Amino acid sequence: MEAAAANTQAEAVRPRGLPLGWAVAAVAFLVVSVLIGIAAGPVDLGVGDIVRSMGERFRVPGVATSLTPVEETILWELRVPRVILAALVGGTLALAGATYQGVFRNPLADPYLLGVASGAGLGATLAIVYLPNELRGQQALPPAAFLGGLVAVVLAYAVGRSAGRERDAATLVLAGVTVASFFTAAQTFVQQRNTDTLQQIWSWILGGIPTSGWTDVALVVPYMAIAWGIILAHRRVLDVLSLGDDEATSLGVDVRRVRLLLVVAATVGTAAGVAVAGLIGFVGIIVPHAIRMLTGATYRTLLPLSVVVGAGFLVLADVIARTAVSPAEIPIGVVTAIIGAPFFALVLRTTRTWGG
Amino acid sequence: MSAIALEGVTVTLGDRPVVDHVDVRIAEGEWVALIGPNGAGKTTMLRAIAGLVPFEGAIALHGTATGSMHRREIARTVAVVPQAPSTPPWMTVGEYVLLGRTPHLGPLAREGAADHLAAARALERLDLMGFRDRLLGTLSGGEKQRAVVARALAQEAQVVILDEPTAALDIGHQQQAFELLDELRGESGLTLLAAMHDLTLAAQYADRMVLLDAGRIVADGPPADVLTQGLIAAHYAASIEVVDVAGRIAIVPARPAR
Repeated sequence: MEAAAANTQAEAVRPRGLPLGWAVAAVAFLVVSVLIGIAAGPVDLGVGDIVRSMGERFRVPGVATSLTPVEETILWELRVPRVILAALVGGTLALAGATYQGVFRNPLADPYLLGVASGAGLGATLAIVYLPNELRGQQALPPAAFLGGLVAVVLAYAVGRSAGRERDAATLVLAGVTVASFFTAAQTFVQQRNTDTLQQIWSWILGGIPTSGWTDVALVVPYMAIAWGIILAHRRVLDVLSLGDDEATSLGVDVRRVRLLLVVAATVGTAAGVAVAGLIGFVGIIVPHAIRMLTGATYRTLLPLSVVVGAGFLVLADVIARTAVSPAEIPIGVVTAIIGAPFFALVLRTTRTWGG
Repeated sequence: MSAIALEGVTVTLGDRPVVDHVDVRIAEGEWVALIGPNGAGKTTMLRAIAGLVPFEGAIALHGTATGSMHRREIARTVAVVPQAPSTPPWMTVGEYVLLGRTPHLGPLAREGAADHLAAARALERLDLMGFRDRLLGTLSGGEKQRAVVARALAQEAQVVILDEPTAALDIGHQQQAFELLDELRGESGLTLLAAMHDLTLAAQYADRMVLLDAGRIVADGPPADVLTQGLIAAHYAASIEVVDVAGRIAIVPARPAR
């Protein structure tokens, strides 16, 4: 009898942890991406030089930088903040995509395809054009983008539900694309009517990681910290939600409250990303699906992995954006779409059912 | 005290009362089959008891009105085995069964040792320990059904509600599932309420049958009193013979004479 009890103890059922191999691979991917991101550019910085300069910055004894003062400035005021910003935006978009997929139980949900990004773009454009001068600063962009993004996701969900069965994955995306077209049209209209600010908006809306030093990083960090905190705290609940509304409710989850909270969190994160980097699509589709295909993870492990891999992915996409046709830059949204659209087609083919 | 008590319960979907002034009391440890033709309101009645659909009237679980209970409290009292449960193919059986612990955890808490043990007990009870690390997507229909029952068991609720639990199973697996539920009832004093279409199977196991038609209870009692030619003809529009098989009732469809 005692032996049986001890045996049960040893056999206690636990969820799979973060698979160590994949976790190491994800972090390694991010580190390598960041190093490439910092090293690549018109001024050649060697990885050894970068590491030595970092050593000096972080006060590692006996390590001194081998870079000139100009190179130091390029490294710490241009390259590093840009790479960090790309990592933050990429991690957030991937996390937001996985979250939308979870709460809507829809494999095709993505901040871009749901219209959230377009809504956020319209919100930010309206803020740039119509806010009185004293309120117009950069600080106003994330809240304005958030309001626009929230309106868009609520509209997409409402239209999708009224148009078809909730379980039909494509309906929600069609609704999202409809909302996105409408918001993009409104955004273009506002932009055309205000040619004095057009240049500023145009360069931003296409999507690109700005080289504006640490101010953009400081601007988005609070919003993204909130989004990451809320979403990662709910990663077990997202697994419960994957059973559907009824079963989650019968397990004691307040589905409507949790869904609203998670949608708001994902939208806050997306909006902050859009406010600094414009419209960047497909990251939220590519990253979580690639991770699930490779590791078969539940949300509990999928979400943290998405942050790390999404960060590395967008850093690399940014490297392509600024080096492919150097010295000109391709909008990063173009880069992610070129990689993402074929991937999306693959997901569309392979993922017929969601949630079992 | 009744495990489940319904008083004047009405559920209206659209403008039609799907469950219409239902009164019923189910004692602790009782095994009740809820029967009735398609569209009689069986599923809706079960959903009302589990707090999944708004209703008029009063529903009490072990003497406490569900209206005054928190969602998690209801979930700690009633486990639901739905008609078509979702079994996400990327989840392992162990992870799936652990989700049954949700009502015992805070909204943001993780499972602790007690939860890991409860899940292990449920898996062991259903002979699924060997399947613990298998993905749900690789299981057969019968194995999935056992995983769903294991999840309900891990919930450690005293009342288990089942909606057509064996609809997808062959006759052997149906019997095994019901034998198992009956054993569990004996071991842990569970109260079982199951909506069922297979009247013969229901009569083999249930102590009591509640016949629902058009949202109202039209018969309630031991199988022998409910499964009569007259009642079945009146409410199912079916022509049957009732036969006695070793002291239990069986229903045989009999083609009406021309």
